[in-house]
Amino acid sequence: MDFLDALAIMVSSALVFAAPLIFTAIGGVFSERSGIINIGLEGLMVMGAFVGIVFNLTFSDMFGSMTPWISMLAAMVLSAIFALVHAVASITFRADQVVSGVAINFLALGVGLFLTREFYDRGQTDIISNPFYTWDVPFLSDIPVLGRMFFENYPSTYLAIAVALLGWFVLFKTSFGLRLRAVGEHPMAADTNGIKVYRMRYIAVMISGAMGGLGGAAYALTVAQAFSQATIVGQGFMSLAAVIFGKWHPLGALGAAIFFGFAQAISINGASWPLFANIPQVFLLILPYALTILALAGFIGRAEAPKSLGTPYIKGSR
Amino acid sequence: MRRTLFLLTLVLTFGLFLAACGSSDSGGDSESSGSDSKSEEEGSGEGGNSDFTVAMVTDTGGVDDKSFNQSAWEGLQEFGKENNLEENKGYDYAQSESDADYTTNLNRLVREDYNLIFGIGFLLQPDVEKVASQFPETNFSLVDAVAEGDNIASITFKEHQGSFLAGVAAANKTESDHLGFVGGVDSELINKFESGFRAGAKTVNPDIKIDVQYAESFNSADQGKLIASNMYSQGADVIYHAAGGTGNGVFSEAKDRVRGGDEKVWVIGVDRDQHEEGAIDDTNVTLTSMVKRVDIAVQDVSTQAMEGEFPGGEVVEYGLEDEGVSLARTNEEAMTEEIISTVEEWKQKIIDGEVEVPMTRDETEEYVSSLK
Repeated sequence: MDFLDALAIMVSSALVFAAPLIFTAIGGVFSERSGIINIGLEGLMVMGAFVGIVFNLTFSDMFGSMTPWISMLAAMVLSAIFALVHAVASITFRADQVVSGVAINFLALGVGLFLTREFYDRGQTDIISNPFYTWDVPFLSDIPVLGRMFFENYPSTYLAIAVALLGWFVLFKTSFGLRLRAVGEHPMAADTNGIKVYRMRYIAVMISGAMGGLGGAAYALTVAQAFSQATIVGQGFMSLAAVIFGKWHPLGALGAAIFFGFAQAISINGASWPLFANIPQVFLLILPYALTILALAGFIGRAEAPKSLGTPYIKGSR
Repeated sequence: MRRTLFLLTLVLTFGLFLAACGSSDSGGDSESSGSDSKSEEEGSGEGGNSDFTVAMVTDTGGVDDKSFNQSAWEGLQEFGKENNLEENKGYDYAQSESDADYTTNLNRLVREDYNLIFGIGFLLQPDVEKVASQFPETNFSLVDAVAEGDNIASITFKEHQGSFLAGVAAANKTESDHLGFVGGVDSELINKFESGFRAGAKTVNPDIKIDVQYAESFNSADQGKLIASNMYSQGADVIYHAAGGTGNGVFSEAKDRVRGGDEKVWVIGVDRDQHEEGAIDDTNVTLTSMVKRVDIAVQDVSTQAMEGEFPGGEVVEYGLEDEGVSLARTNEEAMTEEIISTVEEWKQKIIDGEVEVPMTRDETEEYVSSLK
């Protein structure tokens, strides 16, 4: 296998791996930009994966080949509603945002497994019959090498990249985005200017729920194709790392998620390259995590979090 | 104010946690009470014919994991039915939600005076050893690993033999003379699968190429998918996975490739018949599966114990000769007559002792070099 082939495989599998992280990380950016820490991304992904799979299993006869898309939509809506728990606890009741986020993680897994047992009488669901399949983009996929790298992938992957661009546009080019960021930097100043701080934060957390749900569903409907306690393990936390690594910027998060995907792809595919042939596989498997730590520690410079991240806003206090 | 709410959140979380645990238990109860009435009906004619009782402790996979816990429980149910035992009294299971539950569950079953208690899965090894040494009167049995103790019978399987046949089948099926093996964690147990598979494939065709890669996890479908994608792209057309949940990724990659219609790739499943996982439209990518019949083993050891011949302190191995491991034949289209007859031929040779299937990498090297 020559170098270009290897590279093509690597890029395309890096994108497959990155797509769920991109969705979720964009959600994380929205929430954190509004000043609400969201450790619960993992739980929101679990919820998305669960809803996506259950919906797909239940309605696969009704919607045929459209099923995965509608499953994504259902996962998005239900996870957004589920994120309300975090919003109510941390915005209205001013609970500690980290604790509330951790609660979301436990709750989602508990609810998911419990309902799986109730619905199907076992610990994991069946394999879905209508998953996403890779899709060759017309014309573009015929380009030599580049076509194989970028244009033979899951539809959900393209959607993820589109969502990241859209997220950047909304956050930095619209007045809604400006308000959302203002609320996260200096909520009192925003309040004085007539921006409804609570409402903005609620919206932001629900957006993060919707995105986390999409991320979980994207993973479940492409790679895992079933739901069990082991479907989502750690992807939510990797997304959280991508948010910070990407400096709370949608395009940064996009880049960070793809970087993680790349590291993962190298760790798997590298074993078959002559260059790496003599390195024990364990070292390659550690690579993604080692690279993450290195990147966070030195290469990206100081990451500046939104000023009032983690502090609940109390109307009238200074 | 804030602290109160903090506490409230905490309490609520715990509450939900407990509620979730509780409900899953009650789910199990209602399920078992359903079959309870059934077994009573069946048993009412003769009444229990012995006071022998048997129970099992699952690992965290749970009794309905579609894998060896479920298989073991089916074995116990079968045993109970045969001997007119009553569920929950004559035979029962205890579900473990986490690693911390193993000892508790074992202790509880000992207190409930079960004569024989199975620990399902190698994860339970230290717990079974500990509890067994405290209760020398009770018999224990550990599935899939070897435990020390006079009152413990260890049940293991000759996975290498089954994997050898999987290798034979794969080598007969492949058109590119290139196979793949995806392992869960690089360990003694999974090495048995790898060694058998390689030996089997090389026996059919000494020049065949076999890629071997371990994901170092039984739970990451995404890694399984990446590995499979890599192997298939390099020309492998049959992949044997011994990787639990990681294997799901292998299936999804294979299905994705077959769907395009331009590729013909296969997966060999593990532990149980994974035919269902491979289904796509009208075809199926599951060539066959290396099935471990935990149910047969559990039933067999229970029967021995009931008859007073409990193999305490021994390691009972189940292999091809007692159907403890076998190859599934659900995919009739892919497993042609020709492949099946070749597989049968080698199966007979292994049973007759003509072929000694290697269990480790070193033995495999030796075996392979002896072929040339």
